[in-house]
Amino acid sequence: MSDAATARSPWQAASIVRIEKRTPRVTSFFVQPSRPFAYRAGQHVDVRLTAPDGYQARRSYSIASAPDNDGVVELAIEKLDDGEVSPFFHEVAAAGDEIELRGPLGGHFVWPDDDGGPLLLIGGGSGVVPLMSMVRHRAARKSTVPVALVFSARIWDEVIFRDELIALDDRGDGFDLTLTLTREAARRPSDYSRRVDVTMVAQVMARLPGPPSLAFICGSNAFVSAAAQALIDAGVPAGEIRTERYGV
Amino acid sequence: MATRGFSSGRRPPADGDARIPPGQYLEQGFPVLSAGPTPRVRTEDWSFTLKHGPRPIKKWNWAEFNALPLTKMTRDIHCVTAWTKFDTAWQGVLVDDILADAGIEPPTAYTLALAFDGYTTNVPTKDLTDGKAMVALLYEGEPIIADHGGPARLLVPHLYFWKSAKWVNGLQFTTRDEPGFWELRGYHIYGDPWREQRYTDDP
Ligand SMILES: Cc1cc2nc3c(=O)[nH]c(=O)nc-3n(C[C@H](O)[C@H](O)[C@H](O)COP(=O)(O)OP(=O)(O)OC[C@H]3O[C@@H](n4cnc5c(N)ncnc54)[C@H](O)[C@@H]3O)c2cc1C
Repeated sequence: MSDAATARSPWQAASIVRIEKRTPRVTSFFVQPSRPFAYRAGQHVDVRLTAPDGYQARRSYSIASAPDNDGVVELAIEKLDDGEVSPFFHEVAAAGDEIELRGPLGGHFVWPDDDGGPLLLIGGGSGVVPLMSMVRHRAARKSTVPVALVFSARIWDEVIFRDELIALDDRGDGFDLTLTLTREAARRPSDYSRRVDVTMVAQVMARLPGPPSLAFICGSNAFVSAAAQALIDAGVPAGEIRTERYGV
Repeated sequence: MATRGFSSGRRPPADGDARIPPGQYLEQGFPVLSAGPTPRVRTEDWSFTLKHGPRPIKKWNWAEFNALPLTKMTRDIHCVTAWTKFDTAWQGVLVDDILADAGIEPPTAYTLALAFDGYTTNVPTKDLTDGKAMVALLYEGEPIIADHGGPARLLVPHLYFWKSAKWVNGLQFTTRDEPGFWELRGYHIYGDPWREQRYTDDP
């Protein structure tokens, strides 16, 4: 906590080094900050775009990469057709471009692996991004903390990081993936095809070796509210639930 | 530094410009942000306590609190996640009227706002008095919904909105400026939107 409070995070230039399409609506932008920084899984950066007349738009984006890598920060951005900033990334930004960013930010929705577990992670759509950083961090640290991730997407092809998540699930090292598709049938035996609810949460928790000591929920406001209620109904104490809301 | 290819920004309306602090954009909706699940506080269970350090000075239940003088406040609000919303209309009890009902003058220069979910946020006492802040009970004439901090939230509209603690259940006077929940987690100790005091290291 004290490191977050004293960390300095001025605006700095960062260049886009690589762009990778993840799903039809989500693309990853790998950015190299001019002054690389240490961060914790779950944190975000603020991004700032400046028009020629000085007008600026800023938005927050969670970091998808693990803190254990080379300093390049992965942002996975979903395109909102009538948005201001996300369409810029999808339609205009190219490798080699510079943007401005500031970070790392946020000191609550974070999981350093020594915080332990078991951990229950619930993500809706692009809300999986900070949870992905936690899952990757766990793998990079070869942590054995039991982690269950419930990831809600509309359809199979919109499951961001799908192959990587399934590969991690297949390792059988204490990471348990549940996909729930809200507009398509389930594809894997342990998956669902409905919105996150108390029955689903209870079944996922029953596969953990013990009750979660921390739960992280991220996504749209409506998703987070509904999922938080499902966790509370499944017996997770409110004080153990941390949320990150992407706004509307 | 202009960003290559970024031009079609959503500029604020010309007449609204002077009301939008640096780095903010105008929002028509009312986004919800909070660190955890939304507590559902029933008015039967609600209470509000004024404290000096650990010592309670006075405690009100919902009916007693609602019997205090109600004041209207219509203000622009500024969230640290960069949205600004114009002309939000609240009604509630001014901190001045809470102090008057308790029969005290502010005993210290700093205050910690306390909430049902354990959230805290620090505000200098002088930013709460002289009509600057209230414990709001109504938004746009209706009871405040739980997602927006109902039944009662603090309203300190001249500071970033995380200072306006949701689900508020007390004010505690402190001798020192004690950082609250977000202030311990990288956010600015004071939070003036016009000086863009978002994060700890902002001047
Ligand atoms: C901590 C945090 C982390 C986040 N992490 C991620 C992440 O990892 N990935 C991700 O994709 N997103 C993330 N977000 C959301 C992100 O910050 C943006 O909100 C999102 O990308 C939309 O921005 P935008 O500029 O494209 O859309 P905006 O221009 O902000 O618009 C959003 C929506 O509101 C509507 N709207 C708002 N204002 C107007 C207006 N004046 N006129 C018309 N329509 C309007 C639009 O219909 C649009 O669909 C995060 C948010 C937070 C707070």
